[in-house]
Amino acid sequence: MNTQWEVVIGLEIHAQLATKSKIFSGAATAYGAEPNTQACVISLGMPGVLPVLNEDAVRKAVVFGMAIEAEIAPYSVFARKNYFYPDLPKGYQISQFELPIVGNGHLDIEVDGETKRIGVTRAHLEEDAGKSLHENFHGSTGIDLNRAGTPLLEIVSEPDMRSAKEAVAYMRKIHDLVRYLKICDGNMQEGSFRCDANVSVRPKGQIEFGTRAEIKNINSFKFVEKAINHEVERQIEVIENGGRVVQETRLYDSDKDETRSMRSKEEANDYRYFPDPDLLPVFVSDELKAELKAALPELPEAKLLRFKTDYKLNDESATILTSSRDMADYFENVVKISGCESAICANWITGELSAALNRADLEISASPINTERFAGLVARIADDTISGKIGKQVFEFLWNGSESADEIIEAQGLRQITDTGAIEEIIDTILATNEKQAEQYRGGNEKMFGFFVGQVMKAMQGKGNPAEINKILKAKLA
Amino acid sequence: MHNKTITELAQSLRAKEFSSVELTQHFLNRVNQHADLNAFITVTEDLALQAAQAADARIAAGNAELLTGIPMAHKDIFCTQDVKTTCGSKMLDNFIAPYNATIVEKLNAVGAVNLGKLNMDEFAMGSSNETSFYGAVKNPWNKNAVSGGSSGGSAAAVAAQLAVCTTGSDTGGSIRQPAAFCGITGIKPTYGRVSRYGMIAYASSLDQGGSMARSAEDCAILLQAMAGFDAKDSTSVDVSVPDYCADLNKPLAGLKIGLPKEFFTADLNADMAATLETAINEYKKLGAEIKDVSMPNLKYAIPAYYVIASAECSSNLSRFDGVRFGYRCENPADLNDLYTRSRGEAFGKEVKRRILMGTYALSAGYYDAYYLKAQQVRRLISDDFKNALNEVDVIFSPVTPTPAFNIGEKIANPIEMYLADIYTIAINLAGLPAMSIPAGFINGLPVGLQVIGNYFDEARLLNVAHAYQNVTDWHKQSPSL
Repeated sequence: MNTQWEVVIGLEIHAQLATKSKIFSGAATAYGAEPNTQACVISLGMPGVLPVLNEDAVRKAVVFGMAIEAEIAPYSVFARKNYFYPDLPKGYQISQFELPIVGNGHLDIEVDGETKRIGVTRAHLEEDAGKSLHENFHGSTGIDLNRAGTPLLEIVSEPDMRSAKEAVAYMRKIHDLVRYLKICDGNMQEGSFRCDANVSVRPKGQIEFGTRAEIKNINSFKFVEKAINHEVERQIEVIENGGRVVQETRLYDSDKDETRSMRSKEEANDYRYFPDPDLLPVFVSDELKAELKAALPELPEAKLLRFKTDYKLNDESATILTSSRDMADYFENVVKISGCESAICANWITGELSAALNRADLEISASPINTERFAGLVARIADDTISGKIGKQVFEFLWNGSESADEIIEAQGLRQITDTGAIEEIIDTILATNEKQAEQYRGGNEKMFGFFVGQVMKAMQGKGNPAEINKILKAKLA
Repeated sequence: MHNKTITELAQSLRAKEFSSVELTQHFLNRVNQHADLNAFITVTEDLALQAAQAADARIAAGNAELLTGIPMAHKDIFCTQDVKTTCGSKMLDNFIAPYNATIVEKLNAVGAVNLGKLNMDEFAMGSSNETSFYGAVKNPWNKNAVSGGSSGGSAAAVAAQLAVCTTGSDTGGSIRQPAAFCGITGIKPTYGRVSRYGMIAYASSLDQGGSMARSAEDCAILLQAMAGFDAKDSTSVDVSVPDYCADLNKPLAGLKIGLPKEFFTADLNADMAATLETAINEYKKLGAEIKDVSMPNLKYAIPAYYVIASAECSSNLSRFDGVRFGYRCENPADLNDLYTRSRGEAFGKEVKRRILMGTYALSAGYYDAYYLKAQQVRRLISDDFKNALNEVDVIFSPVTPTPAFNIGEKIANPIEMYLADIYTIAINLAGLPAMSIPAGFINGLPVGLQVIGNYFDEARLLNVAHAYQNVTDWHKQSPSL
């Protein structure tokens, strides 16, 4: 039944800009402070106070616009969005309405191996509201205005997505991008990155959009997918039962995995937008654009392409290594310092290091092994000082201590034995004490070769050069 | 003591004829003596005497400025830290400001002595001071007449010599109209000249603080201390402030004065026309040239003003919701009840009227027809002034259609009250500086002459006013109280 319906999705993503102070005042933006300790007279909307625009927020918005190849408005205007709510101190939110700072842009996503271009209609600057706390106040509501005035970039997509999967891919892409650009910390638990989803369905082939519902304030990738899928099912069911979808705002309840109505279009506020007379229009000069353009970091897609061509990495490694700017920088530093083949550097970073970071729930920027020490390890594996197996032991020491790979190898006596004389001596002893097994091998039981390699390695405490051992064993068993 | 100008008082203080404490006490006594005028909402006697003491020490130490130790007072629209700041409203009857407005800070820094907070129309919305929660201010020249508004307390306090000079704010004539009604001098500077930080907003794109005193010279001295760029106000303009006293005595020979023919019509009250003609003749004697100018769009100023000012106020006053500060109703049943009763019980009629008008003007479907159209009219009016000021140096006009009307006369008829601002509000729409100077009396009540100048041309306005005050003594008249 579902196959005859087409899903149409547009996302409004709110990314908190990583500025030190609020968008219109000098109050700090740090998360987790005691309620109302980061609320100055301006955050509190005291009578007589005035907003002064934080220039850093403008710069970050422009950087984002450039990264999605959007139009940067030479002239944009802050407007007041008027509505009453206890955690909205002034009774209006300062936002941008008719003239946003970032205009038409786009972003490519990949779903099931296919690339699709998603349009970004606009991105505008605005201030966040405070928080209403409904618990622990004996039926009353507490208001915390620490967050009030935190700068947000609201990124509005075109209704270009056709499945929850595409919506998630788009949201991830934006998430990667804002962190790449270092304009947002992307922390979804703390609410630094969240989205509203506009969802509608229409019969396949119909040109007009169906009536949409807006699902508010979704703060994880998983919930976006679930909320959209749930909403799509709900709308199809409504229509197939002869009903009509009403335009409304809905809330996703992650506990019950359902969306429920918050308010309908009729109940919606008339926000009475008008230009904020307290603020001047924002002018973005060509000089500022040139300055920010020059400082723009390499973007994820360009980096991915370069990693594949310059470092000859496969898709998987290149994708992992460019998943964040810190990860990519780490890799490139290790290659540079170690002077080794990119493949071995990539293997050890995407393998051993990534696994350990995952286990410890650490970001690469917090890795206990810095690039210099990691490069030391890779270099010793590459020059055969140690085997890959011993490398894993050295890695453990590196992870838990502060010594260099060379110091560890020396102190633990892990240097690989490549001296053929020493290897031959041990092989001779082992062949002498295992004549029966040697007979079996010579009789055609190839599996026995592995047995001998294991015996030799064991005798050499894992330090024998595997290639040499293989070569000598083959010769002696011939 | 209370007849002296700021300069004279500063000399007396330095000559130790009397101390600032004595001077301050003298004014405080006058404030108490004439409490029936209702000019003050709050008198900060102890703080004033402390400030006077500090001023005396500073004068003795030889690092005093002209305003050091001079008793003045602030309109209750300016936030004063740890002192009740009501804006003339029940809404803020319990509001102790946690910070100082920039101009309060600046005047504290030069050692001016603040006697207290002056009565005003509620949230500066009114032309008679009758909308104040604290009651109307009486006109010192005739206690049955209004003081004008919204800076009615500021004007009456100066006219009755309860303070040497006062601060005011002007959104549509709120400095000039009460100055005219009370027979004092007042200047509304160019929009952006004086910081609005800490001045409770009525209509942000029109509000501008200014100075009020008996003479142009005193206005110049007070304005000098208030003016200047403020990083806390994005709409304040970063243009250097000239010495407003330097050019006060410049000769007026060759000054070109424009008279808008739209203002000097047969409709103008005959007494008013005669009074203004006498004043204009004085200027001719001083060597000025008189020229007719035309500003065809002035007739749209009142409707445009009431759309824009109401729209902005409907948003500016949203923060008074009973949640964080100000009045909160008893036992709210729920959030909506909290909002509706707190605002319903604490705002007066005129404030509610303007909030409703503004909310309507900004509503979906009406925005283009009202707000946007009003902004277009505003541009046309500004252009009219620009064109006129290309031909002349200053423009003269009446300040008010009549002298002060009686308390109770117009309060029931808001349209009639709004029309009384016909000569002043266009100047706010254009953002230009303008002054009101005493120019005579009609039936024992003072009337003013309005002098309008080009952007940031305050020094010229003060010069034009001062030259007139050198040859007339209207500004020296005092009411018998």
